Parts: sequence; C-alpha cells; structure tokens
Amino acid sequence: MATAFSSIGVIQNPHCESRSVPSRKLYSAVLGSTQKFRFNPPSRSISGCSETLGKPSPIYAISEVFKEKKRKSASSSSGLLITKEEGLEVYEDMVLGRCFEDMCAQMYYRGKMFGFVHLYNGQEAVSTGFIKLLKKEDCVVSTYRDHVHALSKGIPAREVMSELFGKTTGCCRGQGGSMHMFSKEHNLIGGFAFIGEGIPVATGAAFTSKYRREALNETDCDHVTLAFFGDGTCNNGQFYECLNMAALWKLPIVFVVENNLWAIGMSHLRSTSDPEIWKKGPAFGMPGVHVDGMDVLKVREVAKEAIGRARRGEGPTLVECETYRFRGHSLADPDELRDPAEKARYAARDPIATLKKYMIDNNLANEVEFKAIDKKIDEIVEDSVEFADGSPQPSRSQLLENVFADPKGFGIGPDGRYRCEDPKFTEGTAHV
Amino acid sequence: MLSVFRRKVFHGSFIAAITVREALNSALDEEMSADPKVFLMGEEVGEYQGAYKISKGLLEKYGPERVLDTPITEAGFTGIGVGAAYYGLRPVVEFMTFNFSMQAIDHIINSAAKSNYMSAGQISVPIVFRGPNGAAAGVGAQHSQCYAAWYAACPGLKVLTPYSSEDARGLLKAAIRDPDPVIFLENELLYGESFPVSAEVLDSSFCLPIGKAKIEKEGKDVTITAFSKMVGLALKAAEILAKEGISAEIINLRSIRPLDRDTINASVRKTNRLVTVEEGFPQHGVGAEICTSVIEESFGYLDAPVERIAGADVPMPYAANLERSAVPQVEDIVRAAKRACYRAVPMAATA
Repeated sequence: MATAFSSIGVIQNPHCESRSVPSRKLYSAVLGSTQKFRFNPPSRSISGCSETLGKPSPIYAISEVFKEKKRKSASSSSGLLITKEEGLEVYEDMVLGRCFEDMCAQMYYRGKMFGFVHLYNGQEAVSTGFIKLLKKEDCVVSTYRDHVHALSKGIPAREVMSELFGKTTGCCRGQGGSMHMFSKEHNLIGGFAFIGEGIPVATGAAFTSKYRREALNETDCDHVTLAFFGDGTCNNGQFYECLNMAALWKLPIVFVVENNLWAIGMSHLRSTSDPEIWKKGPAFGMPGVHVDGMDVLKVREVAKEAIGRARRGEGPTLVECETYRFRGHSLADPDELRDPAEKARYAARDPIATLKKYMIDNNLANEVEFKAIDKKIDEIVEDSVEFADGSPQPSRSQLLENVFADPKGFGIGPDGRYRCEDPKFTEGTAHV
Repeated sequence: MLSVFRRKVFHGSFIAAITVREALNSALDEEMSADPKVFLMGEEVGEYQGAYKISKGLLEKYGPERVLDTPITEAGFTGIGVGAAYYGLRPVVEFMTFNFSMQAIDHIINSAAKSNYMSAGQISVPIVFRGPNGAAAGVGAQHSQCYAAWYAACPGLKVLTPYSSEDARGLLKAAIRDPDPVIFLENELLYGESFPVSAEVLDSSFCLPIGKAKIEKEGKDVTITAFSKMVGLALKAAEILAKEGISAEIINLRSIRPLDRDTINASVRKTNRLVTVEEGFPQHGVGAEICTSVIEESFGYLDAPVERIAGADVPMPYAANLERSAVPQVEDIVRAAKRACYRAVPMAATA
C-alpha cells in the first residue's frame, strides 16, 4: 500500500491516472504575465505518477516512522485502500456535502439565504478525507468556506441550514451566518471571514492540547487540531508565523492547504513566487506533503499519517491538497476568469464519481447501495430546508444577548443597578 | 470616457446622472491619466476589474505596472504602498473592505500617519487608502464594521466619507492630489446608486475641498448630521418630518477628519437642536465628537439635549431582522428629531 510521504520516486498506485504536464517554459512564462490564463495547472501527485516538471527533486523532512510504517503496511492485507463500511461512510459524507451545497445555491437564488455564501463543491474529498478520521474531541478550524467542514465534523444539517437562513434554531442562533459556524460540542471553531485568521487560532487550540498534557498532567490528552485554509492564505504573514511556532513547540496540528488554484479571481500562479506550497513545510522544520485532493482515498492515506504524527506528539505537518472548486468563489462571483477547459478537466476528476468507480471496480459495493445513500441524503437535505423554513427568526431581545459572557459588561444603568438586570433592557431599542 | 453616462435633462439645465461606481472609476481614471506617479494596488483590482468593479477598465488602459493585483497580504502590500509613497509615488491602496484594513493598521497608523511628524516634515506620505466601509447586507460581524471613528481619532490622517456621486468624484480627486495619507471610506450599498451631477462635476479638474461639510437641505428647526449612507436616510427622515411641520437641516459631513465644526456649530446656532446619525458603534463614535464640539462651542444656543443615533452596541448579527435592528433606520432618525423638538414619541422602536 502506498503511503503519501515517500520521496518522489515512482510508487505504484492502483488509481494513478496519466496527466498532461505543462513544460517548465510555460511555468515561467505565466509568472507575472498579464495574459489571461489558458492552461491547465500542473497536477503532480506524490502518491501516484512519476511525472516531474523537469525541476530538481523536492526535499522532504521525513521522519523515520513513516518509512517504518510504509514497510510494515506494504506487507499487510488485500491492497485495497478502504473497507466497504468505511467506503460507504465516506461516500455518504461527500454526497451530503455536495447535495447540501447545491441546495444552498438554490435557496440563495430564492432569497432564503443572503449575504456572502461560499460553496465547497468539488473539494469534498479534502473535508471528508481528513475530518472523518478525527475523534469528537479533535478540533477543526475553518474559513468562510465552512459549511461542509461543519457537516463532516458532525453538526446536523438542520442546524447548519437554519443558521444559513438566519433562524434562531441555527448552530449559532442566526447570529453568525454562513461564514461564522461554531460548535462547542463538536469542536468546530469557525468560520472566519478573514483569511489567515483561523491559522493562529488553530495553533492555539493545538497548544491547549499540548498544555493540558504537559502542564496540567492530563496524560491521555492527545487531541489534534486541523487548520483548513486556501492557497491565497499561504501568502499571508500569519501562516508563516504559525508554521514557525507549531514546529518550534511541536504542536499537534495539521495545516491543510486546500489549494484550488484561485483566490476569487487571482490565480495562485500570478500571486505566489514559488507556487509549490508543500515546500514551505520543510523550511520550518516539518514535513511538507502534496496530495491529489480530488481523490478521497489518497487524502485519507496522507491524513492518517499526518494525524497520527500529531497524536503521537511528533509535531505538525503541512499538507497541500490540490483540489478545485466547481463553482465560483461565492454565489456573487461571476467566475469569468477561469478557463472552461480547466474546469472541465477537474469536473472529470469529481471526487464522488472517483470513489464510486473505485468501489464498484473493486466489488466493494453496488449501484443499489449508492442509490440508497443518495436518496437518504436527499431526504436529509430536504428535511433541513423544511426545518429551517419553519423555524422562527430570532426575537428582538436576542440582539443584545451573547455580547459578553458576563452581561455585566453592559455596565450600570441610570438606576444604579446593572443594566442586564433590568428586564426592559433587552426589549427596548438598542440606542444609546 | 464620460460618454457612457446617461444624460437626462433636469429643469432645462444640462445634467447627467451617474452612479457612485462610475464616479469613482472616472475619478481614478482621470487622476491616473493626469499624473503618471499615481498607481492602484489591491486585491482583484486588475483582471477581476475590481471586487466591486470600481477599477473596471483600468488594467487595460494603464497596464500591469500601474494597476497591481496583489496577493492576499494586507500588511505586506500596505507597507509596500507606504514605502512607495515615501519615495514620491502616489499609491491608491484598495482594501476589499475596510474590515481587512485591520490586518494592515500598523502601517496605516505607524508608518503612514505618523511619518511626517516623526521626520519633522522630511517625509510626507501622499497615499490614499480606499474601499467599502460599514454594513452591507447580511455579511456578518466580521464584514460590517464602520471604521470612521477609529481612523478619525488619529492625528496625521485625513478621513473622507462621500455620499453622492459628486462627493465621490470630488473627494477622491482631492484625496489623490493631497500630500498626506487619506482614508477614503466608501459604502458598498451606495455603489449602484445614481445621482444627478452638473457639468462642472464631470469636468476633469473638479475637486472638492477636504474639511468642508455640505448642507444638503436647509432647515430651521433641527440640525441632523450624517455621513455616507446615513445621509440618504436623513434626507428621507427630513421629508417625513416636514409633513409634521418640523423643518430639518441635513448636513452631509463629507470629511470626518478634519471635522467641519464651523458649519455644524453655525447650523446649531440657527436651529438650536442637534441629532447626529452614524452607522458605527455608539461608544466613542463620530457622534460623540460632534455632540461634544457643539456643547463646548454652542452650549448657550441649545434648546434641547443633543441626540445621538448610532448602530447597536453589538457585533453585527447575521439574521436579517436582527441586522435591521442593529443599524439606524429612518424611523429612528425621525423619533430622535421629534424628541429634540419635544414632541411625544414612544421610547421603543417596534420590531
């Protein structure tokens, strides 16, 4: 069984596909170019094919444990990457993500959802591949493209849909919205609108895990944190500051880059001096891995290693998942700058279709079982819409709630008592 | 360039109607054409034609050396802009929204605002920071804050808040020509709004003075100050008040720093009552400064306590009905004006 952390030599992988490789000349020609992009981005998967770009082999910091694991697992079982149960669970999770996002688009155009909505279509393999390997106590920190991370982490579809409709039954009581999903119970921290903002927060969550183990002596605390962010974020200072500190203090965190090549209309190659993001890991003393983010099985393999490393206390990992968003940046984005040929190439690598094909080809499941899951998910999503539609909007008194954990923060009113103790406080206009 | 504007004839005089977006675009275009040292930098300003299409066509016209698409590095590219300004260029830095300027605020304050002072006049920073400010529709807590009060507190900065297309054109041109750092706070919801403008406004040498407020509507009973989007609401409130026999004078502040205290005080000395309106958080807001200025300079002229209307003292909620309650509405302005005129009004707004 191939692991994703081996060096760039040829690794035989049953679902390696051949991909066209742009020449090195094209690479340098497009950097700094003002021409619209009309090319297909390079798609190198370390866990698969042996094409290189004519560049010198990348250097990884690879721990001995990986190599050991690789040797051990090569001698194990059937050579299949997944069992039937796991496969169907993964399939169901990805279909839930896809179906839910498609429903969001419909609801947005019907005016039930508003503001900024960023959909995750096409990237399901990354969310499912990583999050389904976590325990409930592990933490996920996301960006504004967080609906599917929330669903994968276990927040019920009803609560996410209600939140998107701005209803009081939403996971944040309608106060957060699409970009600000939080759940203490499921350990989902956001939902941050500013890119790069979630990375230090995730690093802090990982720090807490380590602190609990070492300073508070909870020796069984091995919680891991996953930080999801995009390619555009990798040019932001906060990212580098956190890579440094996470490696310095060996924090149990995995930095997952969802490289979908576009930051709104800005191509990754136009904005980044060295577009190979995984390389930035070794510069800070942690392994950097590139994986095909359109294939959930490959992502799972890499995720198992990275999460395992963090859980064992060996420190952080940077994982770059090459993926693609089938829709625009948000529902307000006309998406005119992306080449239709590029979109078509990635549509052909749809993660749901890829997994289904693998499972059917290897006799793990049949059409009937998949159809049953599709139907089940359709019902769940329809139900979530009905629930959200029927839920009440927040009452007016909710406006002033939750500003402080200690509502005495609103100060003392004209009658000498704390404002929060006056029952009329939350009923009146919130004016000065 | 200006031929794309619709031309409507109003009362026999030649007037066009242009949107705020067209006004900003034309102002940028004309200033970049007049001075080769002016350049535009920000996220999505080039190929995407601007996140809100304000810089449409500029990349094609001026090329990638003068219209730069940056990576997502507010702190980095703001610093780069300030450095370029130190050395004589005239950058216009666009923030996709001013909420993102918080990632760059160290450079705005410490590198830009304070430099002329720290260097005793040797280094001036002719830079413009522009972008949408304040609440849009349903964009949540992290995209809806108004930064007028924060930046206006800082010496060394000039803070402008256009409302109409005339304001947008005149103030942006003034900002680009100004030798000091200027914070130019636009509003996303105003971009598509159309306003009539005179031929004088469409002329390429048109410029508005920084630090002068505009009296949008004269009145004699109560002074209502507002800026940016709130000017529109104040004007609507004035119509409602007029039906009840209250004549409101509406002041469009245009410039928050320097604040046009003279115009405001002269108006209050005429009407004897003041209502300030802003969208941002109430504590330490723009209204606080205006009220204090009036109390300090025109106390004897006041016939009623000053009234402040501001946004709710909460992070902006997402739910549509809560968002409506968190931002001033026309009814709130009307109620405050009536209170200032000692009319009986219910204390609480209905939901």
